[in-house]
Amino acid sequence: MTMPMRIQPIVESAVTSDNRHPAAEISRRIFRPWKIRREDVVGWLFVLPALTMYVVFVIVPFLSTIQYSFFKWNGVSPATWVGLKNYASIFQAPNLIGTVINAFLLVLWFSVIPVGLGLVVASVIHRVATGRLGEIARTVLFLPQVIPLVAAGIIWGWLLALPGLINQILKAFGLGMLTRAWLGDFDTALPAVGMVGIWVLLGFCIVLLLTGMSKVDPSLYESARIDGAGWFKEFMAITVPLLRYEIGVCLTVTVVAALAAFDIIWVTTAGGPGSSTSVPGVQIYILGFTQRAIGPASALAVMLMALVVLVIIPIQFLTKEIKQ
Amino acid sequence: MAHQKKNLALVGMLAGFTMLFSACGPAATDVPPTQAPTKAVVATAAQGAEPTEDPAAALPNCGTDPIVMKVVFETGWDMPTKLTEEFTKQFPNVTWDITMEQFANLITTTPLLLASDNPPDLIRLPTMTSFAQDGLLLDMDTYATTFGWDKWPVPQLNQNRLDADWVRGSGTLYAMGLNYSMTGIFYNKKLAAQIGMTEPPKTVAELEDLFAKAKAAGLQPIMEWGSAKSGMGLAFPLQNLMAAYGAVEPINDWIFQKAGATIDTPTNLTAAQHLQDWIEKGYFPPDINAIEYTDAADRFGKGEGVFTFNGDWQNGGYDAAMPGNVGFFLMPPAVEGGGYAAMSAPLTYGIAAKAKHADCAAFFFDWAGRNDAARQINVDGMGSNPGGPADAKMPTVKAGSVTVDTLAAGPKLSGAMDFIANATSAIFAQGWTPELQKMVGGKQDAAGLLKAVQEEYLRELSQ
Repeated sequence: MTMPMRIQPIVESAVTSDNRHPAAEISRRIFRPWKIRREDVVGWLFVLPALTMYVVFVIVPFLSTIQYSFFKWNGVSPATWVGLKNYASIFQAPNLIGTVINAFLLVLWFSVIPVGLGLVVASVIHRVATGRLGEIARTVLFLPQVIPLVAAGIIWGWLLALPGLINQILKAFGLGMLTRAWLGDFDTALPAVGMVGIWVLLGFCIVLLLTGMSKVDPSLYESARIDGAGWFKEFMAITVPLLRYEIGVCLTVTVVAALAAFDIIWVTTAGGPGSSTSVPGVQIYILGFTQRAIGPASALAVMLMALVVLVIIPIQFLTKEIKQ
Repeated sequence: MAHQKKNLALVGMLAGFTMLFSACGPAATDVPPTQAPTKAVVATAAQGAEPTEDPAAALPNCGTDPIVMKVVFETGWDMPTKLTEEFTKQFPNVTWDITMEQFANLITTTPLLLASDNPPDLIRLPTMTSFAQDGLLLDMDTYATTFGWDKWPVPQLNQNRLDADWVRGSGTLYAMGLNYSMTGIFYNKKLAAQIGMTEPPKTVAELEDLFAKAKAAGLQPIMEWGSAKSGMGLAFPLQNLMAAYGAVEPINDWIFQKAGATIDTPTNLTAAQHLQDWIEKGYFPPDINAIEYTDAADRFGKGEGVFTFNGDWQNGGYDAAMPGNVGFFLMPPAVEGGGYAAMSAPLTYGIAAKAKHADCAAFFFDWAGRNDAARQINVDGMGSNPGGPADAKMPTVKAGSVTVDTLAAGPKLSGAMDFIANATSAIFAQGWTPELQKMVGGKQDAAGLLKAVQEEYLRELSQ
């Protein structure tokens, strides 16, 4: 850390907006980078509220979680140090592997499909539905992000129930043999939850990708069209390569949403039937808040975080490379 | 409108369903939880609303200075709030600062509320043992002696007592029940008549015969819920079957975590095999794994289902949906003449160890059990037995309502149990619900169910 030092402004006819001599300013920037400038202090002051919140609500709980994972504690009584026993107990849980597999299966529904479909839909909107129609389409598709998930979970519960709308539509089309309680059937519960995930995450991907597309120089598309490129060729040769950064962001957010899933599962199936839609996030909740076993819950949370980081690092790495 | 109704119903569902699953249950006892108050079920005259208690100086009371009682109640049930309103009418110096919490939130927030510097004077307890162990709940033994609660029908208080090893059933009193629920089988009178049921079945075989007749008649024999969000409702018929084929004591021992207790017993296996048989014969709805508690109550109320296994907290809902058409009977024994057993749990409230107005809270408990107006509000609001002293007057109940049946069932009980979902805090979410759902899906059998739940039970106790 450098010592703070007051900068004396040199008053001359030509000065910077904050009353400093441009030459002095430049030379100071070049030759004395270790001095703390007023901009830095002001900058940090601007960051301070957000930083405080981040430290209090992210960094401290994060460190506390690691700490709790080595203790036997019910949240109230004195905690006892148990070393790595909580981690060992997690591995003894009978359905742990099953919940991790479910989380990876959700990557298909929460990440691959929303990003893939998002690219296609965004590209169509960008090409066809410009102006008012595009705005309406964007708004409608983004709406699921705005609707509180608990309400959405209840509505999806009705839609997917045996007497629900989806089965009624199937019957109307003569597909009565397909009707079932989609969220209560061992074979269809996870895909049904996956559909809810697509509904929630698709709009986010589309909006992000559309923003990226609007930055692409239209002359590129123009010249491609002059060269006779169709929609698909244009999509593969221009849209996808130039949107790699946005795709990276979408992938990161949605993969985290899949692996660390809790809310969508909790409001639709709570992990059932059996444990066919249970994921580590649900297990952490039950351990911590139902069973009041804070130690094992924290241990599982730390392990889940490590898993998410392991999966996300390659995606981040690719994104960075492309950015350069 | 329907949307709004369903939202409200969801709130009610969480609250209603979890009432029975509150962890504080009756002691291992052969005596019905509340004997005397059931003697006059249908009274003719309304009870007087005059205060029957004189806050005599000798007894702990609320004094005469203005005080504000800090209380935490459960969302979805306005009966306790109505009691506080009546209490303020009778004792105007007492006003109430009421916080309403969802039952699911109570599980997580209760320890924090009790441990805070400004703890509640009165709080709905989702579980009791661990809070008492942590020294968060007030020892109410002195109040029990002073007010004479220890002379009330014994099981009422024993349900909330903990011994030196923190086993429920005897010892120090840590909570009081505002009322005592009753569980059993509700039936649609019209549909039951249609399949030839003239009187409640006397044996399990007779009950199974009625299920078969309902199925043959193209009716839904049993309506029940089973989603993981609501918790698996098949635990109700399962435990009823367990008590029909075996004694209640070993079941309570298991729930109270007595050393060496197991749920994996031969009689419980017989019970689980019967349940599996019912599932395989299609007596339950095919979509049961996705049915929420409120939807099951709703569908039963609309005539889908001849029978449903539930508790008397749903009386008001059933009576509103099908006035005069809902009946109730206890689960019959395996052999005619055998005793009747049921799950019955108190609606448990406690006083924080550091409560500022503990005397007033204790006085409120006493008042709620004895005062005629309070007892009337209690039965009108929830339909469960309000408990209280043996000679307390039973409130008026509307003739033809299902509450008449549920209150009349009390004296018939020869065995009362807590609920198997309350054995550990997560046994319902991690044991019964997923394993019973697997049984519905054909992925688990009776023997595997009991083995898996016992393993989960031991695993949780070791954590």
